[in-house]
Amino acid sequence: MTLSSMEELNEPLQWPEPGVTRIPYRVYSDPVIYALEQQRIFRGPVWNFLCLEIDIPNSGDYKTSTVGEIPIIVTRDDDGEIHAMVNRCPHKGALVCLKERGNAKMLTCIYHSWSFDMAGKLKGIAFRNGLGGKGGLPKEFDPEKHGLELLRIEVFCGLVFGTFSEATPSVESYLGQPMSKFIRRNLGRPLKPLGMHSQIIHNNWKLYAENVRDSYHATLLHTFYTTFKINRLDMDGGIVLAEDKWHHISYAKRETFEEAEEYQRDKIHAAQYDSHLEGPHLLNAWNEFDDGITHSIQAIFPNLAIQFTLNSLAVRFFVPRGVDKTELFWFYVGYEDDTEEKTAMRVMQGNLTGAAGLVSLEDGCINEFVQRGTHGSEGSMGLAEMGGGSVESSDSSRATEAAIRGFWTGYRRIMEFD
Amino acid sequence: MEAIEELITAYAHDIDDGVLDGWPEYFTEDGSYTVLTRENLAQDLPMGIMYCQGRGMMADRIKAMQTANIFEAHTYCHLLGRSRIEPDGDGRYRARTNFNVIRTMQDGASEMFAVGKYLDVIEVRDGKPLFRERRVVLESRRVDILLVYPL
Repeated sequence: MTLSSMEELNEPLQWPEPGVTRIPYRVYSDPVIYALEQQRIFRGPVWNFLCLEIDIPNSGDYKTSTVGEIPIIVTRDDDGEIHAMVNRCPHKGALVCLKERGNAKMLTCIYHSWSFDMAGKLKGIAFRNGLGGKGGLPKEFDPEKHGLELLRIEVFCGLVFGTFSEATPSVESYLGQPMSKFIRRNLGRPLKPLGMHSQIIHNNWKLYAENVRDSYHATLLHTFYTTFKINRLDMDGGIVLAEDKWHHISYAKRETFEEAEEYQRDKIHAAQYDSHLEGPHLLNAWNEFDDGITHSIQAIFPNLAIQFTLNSLAVRFFVPRGVDKTELFWFYVGYEDDTEEKTAMRVMQGNLTGAAGLVSLEDGCINEFVQRGTHGSEGSMGLAEMGGGSVESSDSSRATEAAIRGFWTGYRRIMEFD
Repeated sequence: MEAIEELITAYAHDIDDGVLDGWPEYFTEDGSYTVLTRENLAQDLPMGIMYCQGRGMMADRIKAMQTANIFEAHTYCHLLGRSRIEPDGDGRYRARTNFNVIRTMQDGASEMFAVGKYLDVIEVRDGKPLFRERRVVLESRRVDILLVYPL
């Protein structure tokens, strides 16, 4: 690296001239940019996924979550209303909730026994008036002003969202019509939890945000997909981008498969194996909807994705745990009215994705390979030129990086990287 | 009992040695293999991290791993605790064995990858004990990088 580019790395980021077809590698590893994201994105005008509504079904239930790196508590009060607040005692800054989930009447900080109701209001202060008339808080101390820091929340199709910003519009206008319609298609019925696990991936969170929008890689890296003809670029499919480019849907229709000669001509590694399964019941599937879409992934800015792979429905939530570390949560769900047989098929197809997913496991390491590959090249940049430079929906081809350019379009705007 | 202990030990050693083609043979034809978390077990949720029903699906796992899946080379070393084995009627046995798996990556890092317990249902077929059901219950719900070789 030349001296001038080292100096450049100390300067605020200037996005390269060609725009979103170039991604400066620095955005994956710069701790200053990472810290700025916590303020501008996660505390900014976005809806952050907090948890599923079915995580807190009863009054008094709570669950901890995170917005960026900020620890959060989501609660359901006696009236059934949901609240979200920062898991930080306003007194000393200690965590208030230590358990991942539970049920309580009050939340009490164990350090000095300050207690809060399920809406985050400060209700009890130990030794507030001191002992024997000595010590204690000043008379003018107003508990009303010292509750837990609240987030605005909104529940949409069983997803609990929270925002720190007054400027964030309603969830539906934040998502836009095509995005909210598709979420309604997938999650617009009472849900049933099937299981959850997480995966530590050793890369910046934005590499996963790109990865879920990368319809180009899906059938090249994930050879299981291609081999067993679950999702290939020669099936009918497309990409839908939200108006503001932040969110996307990528979809495929399995029944429209016609072998494209490019898979053989370009000697695609993924297409070189036969498609005979000894346990074919893995891929027993029924058509969930009559629109022909058998596979979809939808990314919601900043760090949420919803997958429907055959009948496997999951909410993926990727949480930054440092500039080069991300925890990827897999919340598998079915519908409350699923028959036992349907539940069994969803469980079976759970093999396709997750930390050990026959289809998805490569994503556990591929983003780390980018993280490691770009070490020491922070002044260089990556390319996203498949499908040209456009940042538009495409109903005919998924051999495009339009959704990745969409992510960076929204990212530049919110981060003010002109 | 000794033959069951031998089954549990040989299974782990084969995986550690990278001898995986015969992995399904440790199970009955219709046997099941599940990797799940302690949390899912406690909440009685059906979905684990890996699930094979029958030898065919196990063979597909091995085939996918050897030909289709892409990942960085690594090896396992299983450390097994003493098994507790109890007869369960009808010639069946139940066994519980704690384990710890150290994973070594190609950069030389040897780190604890998985810790938990095997909960087994074992059947004797033609004088040979086989897993009818093997549940691998992980203490943690969190997997580092990915899980591709069976535990």
